[in-house]
Amino acid sequence: MSAPTMSRSDRDGLARRPWRGTVREYDLFKELTVALVVVGLVIVGLSAIVGSPDEPSVTLKSWAQAQPADFVATATAELGGTSETAGYGPPYNTTADATQTIGAFDLQSFSGVQLPIDTAQDLVITPLTTLNAPPSAALDAWNAGSDTEKADWTAAYTDALTNAPDGDPAQVATGDYGPVPVLTDALLTMASQGALDGVLNAQESFYNSDYTRTILFLGDGAYFGDLATAAHLTGDQWGMMNETGNTPGQSWLWLFSFWYQIEPFASAPNADLLVVLLMLVLSVLLTLVPFIPGLRDIPRWIPIHRLIWRDYYKKRAAGRS
Amino acid sequence: MSIREERKTEPVEEYYTWTGKARGWLLKHLPADKLLPQDQPSYVASWIYVFGMGAIVSLVFIVVSGVVLSLNGPAWYHVSDFGHFVNSVHLWSVELFFMTMVVHLWGKYWMAAWRGGRTLTWITGMGAFLVSIVAAFTGYLLQTNFDSQWIAFEGKDALNASGIGAWFNVANLGQIFGFHIVLLPLAVGAVVALHVILVRMHGVVPPIDAAETDAQLSGTDRTEATR
Ligand code: HEM
Repeated sequence: MSAPTMSRSDRDGLARRPWRGTVREYDLFKELTVALVVVGLVIVGLSAIVGSPDEPSVTLKSWAQAQPADFVATATAELGGTSETAGYGPPYNTTADATQTIGAFDLQSFSGVQLPIDTAQDLVITPLTTLNAPPSAALDAWNAGSDTEKADWTAAYTDALTNAPDGDPAQVATGDYGPVPVLTDALLTMASQGALDGVLNAQESFYNSDYTRTILFLGDGAYFGDLATAAHLTGDQWGMMNETGNTPGQSWLWLFSFWYQIEPFASAPNADLLVVLLMLVLSVLLTLVPFIPGLRDIPRWIPIHRLIWRDYYKKRAAGRS
Repeated sequence: MSIREERKTEPVEEYYTWTGKARGWLLKHLPADKLLPQDQPSYVASWIYVFGMGAIVSLVFIVVSGVVLSLNGPAWYHVSDFGHFVNSVHLWSVELFFMTMVVHLWGKYWMAAWRGGRTLTWITGMGAFLVSIVAAFTGYLLQTNFDSQWIAFEGKDALNASGIGAWFNVANLGQIFGFHIVLLPLAVGAVVALHVILVRMHGVVPPIDAAETDAQLSGTDRTEATR
């Protein structure tokens, strides 16, 4: 064996120079053509046989119709500022202590409130004012209420809904809920008729291509998440890499999803930030492998290359003996 | 006597403009016989070498099916059978693209294919891998169906925690559309082009521990042609 007597740079020297040894015929364009045909056939075959999923989207309308109680409870939380969105922090609002941080390291606050959302105003009150027959008395009462009153009304109504059979707004015990039941009921009607989807998305303009508000509103309820759980799409079910049905999703995100399944990430309040940073570090490491002693030597220690270049190693030995 | 050594005796053209210098650099580093060779070193004989080409070809099918989809707009494939088929072709090209690319990546790792000045080839390969992941993610957001709704809802948290959720807003279809059909495909295309050109410039990396005394280099291997 000649290798052990050579320094790494000598061996690399050979890799650096143009090859002066034996060659074999090689036709790049022919390989390209063959690959196009073979891969093309595989793709067309899979597309015809397996196809692709296309589960229809859910709407505020389908939600309100399928689970009115959940919709009303969510609308109440949006009014009272107790929904997930209302407590999210940047980029949607300034809720204190809501961001994911590592010590003082707080990227989430760094961006500031770029997509401001006032859940009561934007998701409930303003949409209701666009109706032909808005619930004016209730809207006036809400707008005239103090912050404490609003908080008390919505908290009381939330409790009452929780205690009502099936959370059914029609079976809620009497209590001091201010204008809240009227407002949420009007919003429910508006949503069931399909008007709320349009109003929330369009935000008073003809064109729309931004669904931030609708997605957040949907996500604050239980309906959307339950559908996702049933389709094995949630985070603790390796959600990011799955698709509905049995079609493969983004399986290359397996490592990203993996961290969410194990401790300390699984129960960390700043799991997203931790996982993103970890993946960033790992990606940089893999990119810089050629510079990292140890990592770059593993292919020498575990000689899979002996299999890959089997013919070469066989022939060179035969030639020498 | 190899052709290459004869060339040295020819008068060398002088390059005195930027354009000329660029031409000189290209002719030196990427002469036509390197860019489009008719032969390869005898060690380029393994199934592992087909995966790079597999990724290129999958990318071709991704682009072609993607162009058809975008010419018809994102809502088309929900209502047209042919559109749905084109969408399936797009999805499966992507799946094959990642499969071939990942095998290629690990193949190159176990070959330590960054040796001999090929570091940038490795780095551009990783660049292609990472940019492709972002491109695929935006594609999943553009499905305009239940999956994309849910991916937008789930995906926002990691992006917001990183402070970029406002500029890369997964629920803003207009923004994601631009990323997916223009910016990221251009980025993937550019990085892959650079990657492949670098591969041609450097030639395919010799086996680990290859030495001048090997039969293939010392002229004692009679089973293959020599240059
Ligand atoms: C978009 C994805 C990619 C495409 C289309 C692509 C394409 C190619 C092609 C056609 C070759 C030459 C033939 C071969 O050895 O297979 C090659 C070589 C190479 N690729 Fe990639 N590649 C991609 C991604 C990657 C990745 C993710 C890595 C690793 C980080 C990588 C690292 C390399 C290296 C180091 C070589 C030189 C191999 C040698 O000299 O033997 N590539 N690539």
